[in-house]
Amino acid sequence: MNFLVLSLIKAALVAFVLMTTLAYLQWIERKVIAHIQLRVGPRRVGPHGLLQPLADVIKLLTKEDMLPSHVNKVFYFIAPFIAVFFALIAISVIPFGGDISIGPIKTAMQLTDLNIGVLFILGLSGMGVYGVALAGWASNNKYALLGGLRSSAQMISYELPMAMAIAAPLLMLNTLSFRQLVDAQGGFYFGIIPRWTIFQGPFPQVVSFLLFVIAAFAETNRVPFDLPEAENELVAGFHTEYSSMKFAAFFMAEYANMVTVSCVATLLFLGGWQPLFPAEYGSKFIPTLIFFFGGAICLYHGANPVRAFDRITLPVAGVVFLGIGAAFLIPIVATILLPLFWFSAKVGVILFLYIWIRGTLPRFRYDQLMNFAWTFMFPVAIANLFITGLLVALT
Amino acid sequence: MDAILFLLFAAIAVVCAINLVLQSHPISSALSLVGVMGSLAVLYLLLGGEFIAMAQLIVYAGAIMVLFIFVIMLLNAGTELKTKRHLWGMYAGVPLLLALVGVVGYIVHDVLPASGAVVFGSFQHGNPEDIGKNLFVNYLLPFEVTSVLILVAIVGAIVLARKEVD
Repeated sequence: MNFLVLSLIKAALVAFVLMTTLAYLQWIERKVIAHIQLRVGPRRVGPHGLLQPLADVIKLLTKEDMLPSHVNKVFYFIAPFIAVFFALIAISVIPFGGDISIGPIKTAMQLTDLNIGVLFILGLSGMGVYGVALAGWASNNKYALLGGLRSSAQMISYELPMAMAIAAPLLMLNTLSFRQLVDAQGGFYFGIIPRWTIFQGPFPQVVSFLLFVIAAFAETNRVPFDLPEAENELVAGFHTEYSSMKFAAFFMAEYANMVTVSCVATLLFLGGWQPLFPAEYGSKFIPTLIFFFGGAICLYHGANPVRAFDRITLPVAGVVFLGIGAAFLIPIVATILLPLFWFSAKVGVILFLYIWIRGTLPRFRYDQLMNFAWTFMFPVAIANLFITGLLVALT
Repeated sequence: MDAILFLLFAAIAVVCAINLVLQSHPISSALSLVGVMGSLAVLYLLLGGEFIAMAQLIVYAGAIMVLFIFVIMLLNAGTELKTKRHLWGMYAGVPLLLALVGVVGYIVHDVLPASGAVVFGSFQHGNPEDIGKNLFVNYLLPFEVTSVLILVAIVGAIVLARKEVD
């Protein structure tokens, strides 16, 4: 019973945090791209547009849900469910930190630790294709069908180099459970270089990491591989005919997939919640430093406001930042917050990379996309796997 | 709990399998097959074959069936035509089916040992480690021969499907 209650609480917490992340990831994306393109982005709803995600959710929920004629009703309805189900359930095997104990309760910062966690994620990403493919087909629209077909071809092609890129670090770490993967990346070489897979001997997995990130961009249908929803060729691709909440489901699935893939990259290559350098050199003060710095900037600009409402919003944000920074100094709280900080910092960097690339790179042509997967990524992935296997066998 | 899950997913598998035959549209049939494979994966998981369950999901439900559906969508295959029922099928179909099920049931009942009931959770060697050891130590030769066979099949398919280039 205790286990059941604890699991329910953890599931609710993870679901809440994931949903909030998904909503605000979109706000961050719009803001970052706006600044890349010398615009200001959303700022009408709430201070600096912070309430924009909420407004978007309400808008999507209350919009008219149109059912186009001539669609295949059954598949048209289940496609968004399939997409969002397989995208959201992947978070259940992702660990966010080590074991923690709050009072008498001792638990892991993870919903469940499968000994086949990596395979589970691969299986789910394979099943997620159905949502997109069925949506494209059931819409009975040529653009949607083309988008669906492109997407399934692309996902099948890029799954191979992705699986190969995942296999190389697994050879070195010898386990398929995410928790043990991170544990195997703990510690430091010469007391300073972290033993993350991209730094770890006998063969640092830098190539593998790059391959994984590129394949992940293609798997999640993001720029520069967003051919399935290329708006100037296919209107909106596979979700052209969808509106209201069903459209939102696809949107949510895309962002959930981004988060999952970033988490997997962090866990496999960047050492999960292991810090960048040892605690003796002060890695535990990094979050405090960052949050204090952010708080100080907010307070400074609050004292010298450019716009009228900055006088109120920026000091509030500054005080919140200083509070979070101070929380990292309390030893008991810090044991829980530090792993979470390192994990989310790494995931955040990869998510920022996604947005950054969307703001800067043009789209591939479709034949270039396929050639790139089969004639470049696949051979490189095989060579990388081969060299890794050889070096692991020799040492 | 195990028994409930087993009955649930076994029922889903059987319903999907029947639906696979009854549906007249290729996409519905293919998706029912995905349902069968997915519930089979859960049954493997219940029996302790974790690796096999995930391989089933990745390879069959994930990769092969996506290709099937891809091809069906690409060729835009329509609904099957219903032909006039054959006289034999109308009158002898159900009795022959019952006879087949009876014979298979009898043989299975006869061959299987009486005491060998399946206990959920008794099999503990389904993890990737044990499978890998068995494949690459005990059964290395059959495993490699199988992979060569599959390679031959792939090359053969390419040769057959190749267009003549001047």
